[in-house]
Amino acid sequence: MKNTENSIPRDVFDHLVDLAAFALGEDEKNYLHDQMNHQLNAIQELEAIPLPDDLPTTTHGVEYGDDGKPALRNDEWVACTNTQEILTQAPELQDGYIVVPDIPTKELE
Amino acid sequence: MTNLVNCSALELAEMVRARQISAEEILDETLTRIVEVDGRPGALDTAPAVDDEKKVHAFITHTEELARSQAQEVDAKIAKGEDAGLLAGVPFTVKDIFCVRGTPSTAASRILANFTAPYTATPVERLIAAGGVMLGKVNLDEFTYGSSSESSAFQPSPRNPWDLSKVPGGSSGGSAAAVAAGEGALSLGTDTAGSIRQPAAFCGVVGMKPTYGRVSRYGLIAFGSSLDCPGPIARNVRDAALMLQVIAGADRADATAATQAVPDYLREIERGVKGMRIGLSPDYFRITFPDPQSGEYVEQALPAHMQEAVWKAAELYRSMGAEIIENVPMPNTRFGIPVYFVISRVEAASNLHRFDGVKYGYRTKQAVADLNEMYRRSRGEGFGPQPKLRILMGMYVSAAQYSEQYYQRALKVRTLIRHDFENAFDPQGPYRLDALLTPTTPTTAFGMADVYGDSVMMQYADQLTVPANHAGVPGISIPAGFSSDGLPIGIQLLGPDFSEAQLLRVARAYEMATEKEEWREKKPSLLEGK
Repeated sequence: MKNTENSIPRDVFDHLVDLAAFALGEDEKNYLHDQMNHQLNAIQELEAIPLPDDLPTTTHGVEYGDDGKPALRNDEWVACTNTQEILTQAPELQDGYIVVPDIPTKELE
Repeated sequence: MTNLVNCSALELAEMVRARQISAEEILDETLTRIVEVDGRPGALDTAPAVDDEKKVHAFITHTEELARSQAQEVDAKIAKGEDAGLLAGVPFTVKDIFCVRGTPSTAASRILANFTAPYTATPVERLIAAGGVMLGKVNLDEFTYGSSSESSAFQPSPRNPWDLSKVPGGSSGGSAAAVAAGEGALSLGTDTAGSIRQPAAFCGVVGMKPTYGRVSRYGLIAFGSSLDCPGPIARNVRDAALMLQVIAGADRADATAATQAVPDYLREIERGVKGMRIGLSPDYFRITFPDPQSGEYVEQALPAHMQEAVWKAAELYRSMGAEIIENVPMPNTRFGIPVYFVISRVEAASNLHRFDGVKYGYRTKQAVADLNEMYRRSRGEGFGPQPKLRILMGMYVSAAQYSEQYYQRALKVRTLIRHDFENAFDPQGPYRLDALLTPTTPTTAFGMADVYGDSVMMQYADQLTVPANHAGVPGISIPAGFSSDGLPIGIQLLGPDFSEAQLLRVARAYEMATEKEEWREKKPSLLEGK
């Protein structure tokens, strides 16, 4: 499927906002939607580039040679020594557990 | 008496080791400078004040107590005759995108404003272990998303010490501004599209983006994981080399950190450029961008003063025995920003989903019905517009139905950008370059608020720096004079993978060749008489 309209429909934008878990005001939504469309216009320039079928993707800037490839760490258990320090960062804590509001559930049909 | 805040890191460390000065004395003088020039640190929900326009505002958090204990530790080592390290007593700042245990580590975002890091980033740990004295955490664009540092949630945002009405660049704007204003000899920045090199150019200092993987990313709050590179910002090339020496190298905590041996970056730094092949590309003397009104792509030559700085450097290199290779084709340079709009957004979206108000960071104070509402309100209130924009865009271009059109295509164009560099640097190829010489930025520093808000035009400030991030190759920006309106101009040197030693040598050759020039005597106006 291709977006040939060069803009993001508002319903698609609203769906993205929902997926991204953002509560937004109307002004902010309008700004973000507008900026996304501007960015999409810039991105469309990529469409015009002829790409050979066998051109590989690059997901990583530098290919490591054998001398530069980091070894995988051994799968060893290491004790965390500052769990209390980490837990104190939690917005709400009770008996060492992080407290969150009700988790919505849905009955499966 | 020597004005310590104007000394280089190398000089300071040498004086400390020789017991000519103590680390605490350096710290005291640096803290005095900070009080004189910096003004109030960035904070959440602050109203602008008239005096804000007269100060640099590089900092978010001062760590004076920590700095004092580090300086005392250095002095104690010296007193006992122990090795105090390569950076003995050298004051430095850290871009507030790195975790430092026991300090607020905010990413300049409300969502992390209350976060105190429980561990320290590897590059910071290495700076401290080498005797460096950490003055504090400096401001940046929120989560590094910007090129002016104005998008920080912590206001006032930093200003350019050379002209306080101009931006310092970004996202490492606080780092570059601090170094330029004498608030520490060094600063640790990050470069994802040019975020070290662009502010370094705007602020008249040296900034280096190392090869991807040369410096560990452990403890760096991630933006674009395949692009992010921590690196040094300093007032001269030798200090940048010294800092890179300390922070580079393998790290078992980061599987992407390269294990290749770290060379001695200072050993051959003054060997000159005789016999080197330095390239110029017409593709770096123009920029292509969408016209803000029509949306049509327009191509524009760089301003004459930006081009002239590069030509002058090329002539100097030629006079020092380098061979200048003109017309090196880098045809995919113009696609660097469109590719970045896709790849960096996808990686940003992936990295920022972790901030949800559950385990740490900001949680909404409003009453909520359930967990989903808590997520939405916490993220809606905690993130500023730039992170939201990047998350939404990243989700859109990587969505299953559009991924082939955008994300997969961008990854292939990234390959073409990498090919440009491989072709230019190939030892058996037609150009066989040791370094490519370019302008760092299309313009000098722009005015505060002139571009902010237009996320597309802001991104195009990185057009000449971002290709190196896609390709993973190293680059360095060095000062190369001033425009007629007194703003610093930066030139950039790009090299093959892991060629930092060579780039530093080329950069140092320019520095040595121009050290007697009049412009080298200039100081930021707010430092006149200091």
